[in-house]
Amino acid sequence: MTATVTEDRIVAPAVQPAAVPRHQIVAFVVMVAILLGLPFFVYPVFLMKALCFALFACAFNLLIGYVGLLSFGHAVFLGSAGYASAHAAKVWGFPTVAAIVYGTAVAAALGVVIGALAIRSRGIYFANITLAFAQMIYFFSLQAPMTGGEDGIQAVPRGTLFGVVDLGQPLAMYFTVLAIFLLGFLVIYRTIHSPFGQVLKAIRENEPRAVSLGYRAEHYKLLAFVLSATLSGLAGATKDIVFQLASLTDVHWTMSGEVVLMTLLGGLGTVFGPVVGAFVLITLEHYLAQLGAWFTIVQGFIFIVCVLTFRRGIVGELSRIIRKPL
Amino acid sequence: MTVFGVPTQALFGQLLIGLINGSFYAMLSLGLSIIFGLLNIINFSHGAQYMMGAFAAYFLLQLAGLGYWWSLLIAPLVVGLTGVVIERTMLKRLYHLDHLYGLLLTFGCALVIQGAFRHEFGSSGLPYSIPAQLSGGYNLGFMFLPTYRAWVVVFSLVVCLTTWFLIERTRLGAYLRAATENPVLVQAFGINVPRMITITYGIGVGLAALAGVLAAPIYQVNPLMGADLIIVVFAVVVIGGLGSIMGSIVTGFTLGVVEGFTKVFYPEASNTVIFVIMALVLLVRPTGLFGRAP
Repeated sequence: MTATVTEDRIVAPAVQPAAVPRHQIVAFVVMVAILLGLPFFVYPVFLMKALCFALFACAFNLLIGYVGLLSFGHAVFLGSAGYASAHAAKVWGFPTVAAIVYGTAVAAALGVVIGALAIRSRGIYFANITLAFAQMIYFFSLQAPMTGGEDGIQAVPRGTLFGVVDLGQPLAMYFTVLAIFLLGFLVIYRTIHSPFGQVLKAIRENEPRAVSLGYRAEHYKLLAFVLSATLSGLAGATKDIVFQLASLTDVHWTMSGEVVLMTLLGGLGTVFGPVVGAFVLITLEHYLAQLGAWFTIVQGFIFIVCVLTFRRGIVGELSRIIRKPL
Repeated sequence: MTVFGVPTQALFGQLLIGLINGSFYAMLSLGLSIIFGLLNIINFSHGAQYMMGAFAAYFLLQLAGLGYWWSLLIAPLVVGLTGVVIERTMLKRLYHLDHLYGLLLTFGCALVIQGAFRHEFGSSGLPYSIPAQLSGGYNLGFMFLPTYRAWVVVFSLVVCLTTWFLIERTRLGAYLRAATENPVLVQAFGINVPRMITITYGIGVGLAALAGVLAAPIYQVNPLMGADLIIVVFAVVVIGGLGSIMGSIVTGFTLGVVEGFTKVFYPEASNTVIFVIMALVLLVRPTGLFGRAP
């Protein structure tokens, strides 16, 4: 990928990750401070939606930004985890946390199956294959009895946090979502700065060379794929508990396209980019939703502009200006 | 009369529907394959361009009074020209980058085109009637065969085989295949490769539009008619092997028929059967049935 910040070309066994650079700690603290303060000024449900998509985009970015694999079917993990958690919470009466964990596990299992088939190919083939699998799951969700078809699963109970905190309260729900988002974000941060993450980048830059150095690229790619699927699932499971609804929208391929756009707009292969991209796009959607087809047109234009002239994305450009990776 | 407990009437009916769908799969995946062969991009706006073909036919009739036969000629040219514009103004700038950017760009184009048509015409279909010469049908004894449907199958077969012949058996096709293998060397021999790329993209898009005109009388003219269809065609292309001309034609028709028969014997799986086949094929041959190594 030409557009990503490719300062790491280290291909050596047992790479020691450097200490976390100070400017990234500052950026992280600023982000957390903003997210802690925002719900007192902005409608919390809107913020929760943005946070769920931010986590989804970060998980997606793990694959495109650090392994160089463009999945065009990531909605399948978001949507199926949502269905699973909604079903568990509503029909089986699982406690909220257990329902979210169950949804995430379902996405992880799907990630193993789809990943094992898809990572045998790369580039455009990989994009095509993930897209086709996602469409297969979409049709399955349309017909399967437990998903409720066109109606989806409605009135999913939000329940409580470990039986203590009532998640019906918007702020309680918000801070729970924030905690889940930060957990996912830190897992991804830790992953890409670990020796494992360095090997992933090595595979992205030059797979044959990484293989010749003794790394089993297929295993690394599969693990990254499953991790990405799992965290997308975490986002989806949380999202459906927040909105108390699991629907077909989340498994449709347009959703897969949206997460690509969020990541591209924010900055492929940047740590904070997907978060920024998700917030920008969800805000746009919020204001343009009444205009129907216009939102699609605007999305398309952003895609075209990003690809033609703005390939680093918002955070990518920022980090170029301050000359430090963000 | 029944076969495996299914009335032959229903069996042949679904076989025909399968052949019709297969005709569209074949024409669309053929266009995708030609574009992929030379440009190395997956043309994500192919479904939108198929839809534009159907709309072009509709406009030609409504605004210019030009009927179906003129549309078959003019619509692919007009839509192909819009493809040429997209290639000249945008795609051209991306060839030095990762090929995935081409996919993302055409995806953006598809969103804009589909959004614009949906904004103008809503999501309901506009009717387009079957031309007088092709209305009616034949009673074959075991089933009723509508003339227009037979025409679609025959016509698309002819288009596919002509395209195959042009690429595999003519001088122009030889240039094309050579440029697919090694564009730099072909350019060194004095052939204008950038222009060839532009024309190839235009022809691929034109094929999509031609399929759109054929589809207009069968399915209605609808802004979203290509949106979900194209995902199935992507699966067909993956099964056939990206970039293989004969592969797309054969798998296109075959999978249409397989899908039709699934509708008879196990209707629940009819939407997913192509994707299941894709998964199975990939397990055995990751590059598709007729594909070369990526």
